Amino acid sequence: MTQGITLGTIQRPPGPPLTPGPIFFGTSSELTIVTELYHLTAQELATKLQAREISAEEVCHSFLQQIDRSESSVNAFITVTREAALVQAREIDRRRLNDERLPGLAGVPIAVKDNIVTKDTRTTCASRMLEEWKPVYDATVVGCLQAHDIVTLGKANLDEFAMGSTCENSAFNPTYNPWNLSRVPGGSSGGSAAAVAAGEAPWALGSDTGGSIRQPAAFCGLVGMKPTYGRVSRYGLVAFASSLDQIGPLSWTVTDNALLLNVIAGADPRDSTSTSSQTPDFTADIQTGIRGLRIGIIQELMGEGIDSEVRGAVEGAVKQLEALGAKTVPVNLPRTAVAVPTYYVIAAAEASSNLARFDGVRYGSAAPQPKDLIDLYTRTRALFGNEVKRRIMLGTYTLAAGYYDAYYKKAQNVRQLIGSDFARAWESCDILLSPTVPTTAFRVGEMMTDPLAMYLADIATVPVNLAGLPAVSLPCGQDSDGMPIGLQLIGQRLDEMTLYRAAYAYEQATEHHRRRPAEYFSPGD
Amino acid sequence: MSSKFEAVIGLEVHAELLTETKIFCPCKAEFGASPNKNVCPVCAGMPGALPVLNEKVVEYAILAGSALNCVIPQTSKFDRKNYFYPDLPKAYQISQYDEPICGPGWIEIRTGDQTRKIGITRIHMEEDAGKLVHQGAAGLAGSTHSWVDLNRAGIPLLEIVSEPDLRTPEEAKAYMQELRSILVYLGINDGRLEQGSLRCDANVSIRPLGASTLGTKTEIKNMNSFSAIERAVRYEIQRQIDAVECGEAIVQETRLWNEEKQISVSMRIKEGSADYRYFPDPDLRPLEIAPDRVATIAARLPELPTAKRERYQNTFGLSSYDAAVLVSEKTTADFFDAAVAAAGSVSYAKAIANWLIGDIAAWLNSEKRSLEQTKLRPQHLADLVQLISQETISGKIAKSLLPDLLDAGEDLKTLIEKRGLSQISDDSAINAAITQILEAHPAQVAEFLAGKTKVVGFLVGQVMRATQGRAKPESVNRLLLAALESAKG
Repeated sequence: MTQGITLGTIQRPPGPPLTPGPIFFGTSSELTIVTELYHLTAQELATKLQAREISAEEVCHSFLQQIDRSESSVNAFITVTREAALVQAREIDRRRLNDERLPGLAGVPIAVKDNIVTKDTRTTCASRMLEEWKPVYDATVVGCLQAHDIVTLGKANLDEFAMGSTCENSAFNPTYNPWNLSRVPGGSSGGSAAAVAAGEAPWALGSDTGGSIRQPAAFCGLVGMKPTYGRVSRYGLVAFASSLDQIGPLSWTVTDNALLLNVIAGADPRDSTSTSSQTPDFTADIQTGIRGLRIGIIQELMGEGIDSEVRGAVEGAVKQLEALGAKTVPVNLPRTAVAVPTYYVIAAAEASSNLARFDGVRYGSAAPQPKDLIDLYTRTRALFGNEVKRRIMLGTYTLAAGYYDAYYKKAQNVRQLIGSDFARAWESCDILLSPTVPTTAFRVGEMMTDPLAMYLADIATVPVNLAGLPAVSLPCGQDSDGMPIGLQLIGQRLDEMTLYRAAYAYEQATEHHRRRPAEYFSPGD
Repeated sequence: MSSKFEAVIGLEVHAELLTETKIFCPCKAEFGASPNKNVCPVCAGMPGALPVLNEKVVEYAILAGSALNCVIPQTSKFDRKNYFYPDLPKAYQISQYDEPICGPGWIEIRTGDQTRKIGITRIHMEEDAGKLVHQGAAGLAGSTHSWVDLNRAGIPLLEIVSEPDLRTPEEAKAYMQELRSILVYLGINDGRLEQGSLRCDANVSIRPLGASTLGTKTEIKNMNSFSAIERAVRYEIQRQIDAVECGEAIVQETRLWNEEKQISVSMRIKEGSADYRYFPDPDLRPLEIAPDRVATIAARLPELPTAKRERYQNTFGLSSYDAAVLVSEKTTADFFDAAVAAAGSVSYAKAIANWLIGDIAAWLNSEKRSLEQTKLRPQHLADLVQLISQETISGKIAKSLLPDLLDAGEDLKTLIEKRGLSQISDDSAINAAITQILEAHPAQVAEFLAGKTKVVGFLVGQVMRATQGRAKPESVNRLLLAALESAKG
């Protein structure tokens, strides 16, 4: 059984949790006292930074040290931007000492998934194709982080071009799950999740096309939000499947998660698919409670095919939510069974087109000494890994004349039906509930020879992307091996607020969010 | 052409739009910048970059659709056309497949005395590709390597597809001329075939006269002028007839027109249709075109060539030929309209037209210049025809002044005064000259008095010379005869 420890409870003074003020560390005998800065949540770090109890440089050092200690076993990062991070942190400290008005999160560090482009810092997508690619521009979300003086520690590992559920399809070695190194951290945002779970960053940005934030969050015991399609700009996110991709936060707590979504959400004139709707303060009514909230339990995801320990934990969560005043109702999403094939047709079709630009002509890697154009194309594109090649071929096939109607067009029709399944569900409930993944973290290597089994494990997450809805995964227990179990809450379009409110109520009533992998969070390290 | 066959021709025209910026990014859409100057992450197809539609392109497309009598549906969308080529940065072109911005329409063309309606199948919006420059050779073949210039990548294009309604090379040329005029009148394209900002591919097939089925078609590219279009189509029709008459089958292929050799050569054989794997571009939202937006844009349509030609004929009494010549170039028509307005009376229109079509056109032709490259302004031409009509100057003098007007752009009245060129219609001044000439030529006067009236012509010439041609010839005639008669005593 994996060793888990419970971190020191922070007993806050009464009042909203976002008010800057002194932090009190737990002194009760059953609590462990926090002794390292990297043990703190982003919100706690922000509060102490604002109070000038700690400096941004100290914070940065603490996480960089933890990166030094953990990377050899976890391999969460592809690139660590140590010097740039320290320079940025010192600059923030200097400005604070000059009494400049700083954003509330100034000096809090972050890990960024390596398919989000960062100017002058290589952005590899975990592919040989972009091994040395240094973008000439910043993604919109990276600009948001900078505007809030959040310090980027480095670029997190992923499945190549975000294609995979294990973080093993990386050209730069797999990432391992900090809860148990023989398990995968999930994917594709496995590096982002493992970095947080190993204490290498207080939070991280991931991207979710079919579950790539929520599934690793579930496998690593974190809160992971896939926002509504269009809520966060995709400008600068290297596209996998453009109609499904969405950037979102991974964190230990619901409040941290909402704080980070506040930073990155909003309309972007450079992304036509970003929503023009108002961006609320996602923490605003987080504490209002869930009395009377109608929660639909997705029947298709509570029975066969769901691991019994997972089901047990989710059923426990349902009881907890009921105890908090929510009303639960059984709900059917009849097209759940066809969501995975639908998803893999659409995602692969878009991917085959999105990844065609990697031809060796303008940027990234190129085959040396090509004989002619075709030789340049074929040898350059041989740099893609197997999973990427598989999806490009699948997508090319489904878009081909003669197959388009049978596959792509039919999949788009089914996508509409999946959307109407959800629409019907909203008639009787406010949010929906399911396990995030049918199982806990896969064993390393387990899925590498059976892509179909890996795809089927996406059953609970892909319908959400197909419908463009927001969904959050949060920890709701652990299996007999001590591996975290994820609970998924699905919201209505643009209603991340209600998800955070429900998740926060549940989190505050339980202790799951305080569990840390002992190996990386030993007291007095 | 053999009378046993009829040709079926359709044209696909690509028109670069005169927007300030590219179709999906804020890069400048200018011609002739240094290579890769107007390039950003979006038009270079950098990973993560996303297109944002330039609304001006939609507006121009609707403008074109309105001018070409097209149906404009309320919804439209962009699709990806996937293929690999080094000048295509994303390896797909954002184009429109099954829901173009404009549906069926038509334009009218004239060949000889005939007027025909030619159907427009559709108009769609798309981005242009970049340009390849092959090192060490004119084309890819034989070059050591190739350079990619992405300045053109993302320049907005309209693709205007005609129905296969054209039957002769002359009609193909007339269609292209009419379409060019309309686009230039709309101010959305500069009409420069030689620079490639307006390009056309011709689809040509033949069939026995009277047949209703279509023959196998070939596509002809690389025609950079109206006459090239006419000649390339004529060449292709004849080539197909020759082939069929020799019992050969027509192969579906793309052929390249070689202007130098005046022939076309096969570029590639099309094996069925290429599979571009079109699908809706998920990066761009579907377009919703409100009918009142179309109405607002259509209300802004300027006077189009057909209407202008009719006005010139009906209001100014110009011949259909003259009207067509003036209208075919928007700059000429604008100049003409402005000059007529400056002259202040419709009665001058014909004279202004004659100058523009005659002497001015001839001068421009010999100097290889266009009207806007001269210093002649509409006011100058209006002054010129007014002064001729008021008999201040003769038509002959006016012609002699033309090069100065075109080149120096001087005010006409100043020019005439400076050179003392105004016509002498004052009888006393002419009489003074006559007296002088008669005195200088007593022998000729004697001849006249002896009955040799032929000598009058010589004397008129001398008077004209003495007045440097400024004397009004009729006055000279009249006054000279009077003087001679009085000499008879």
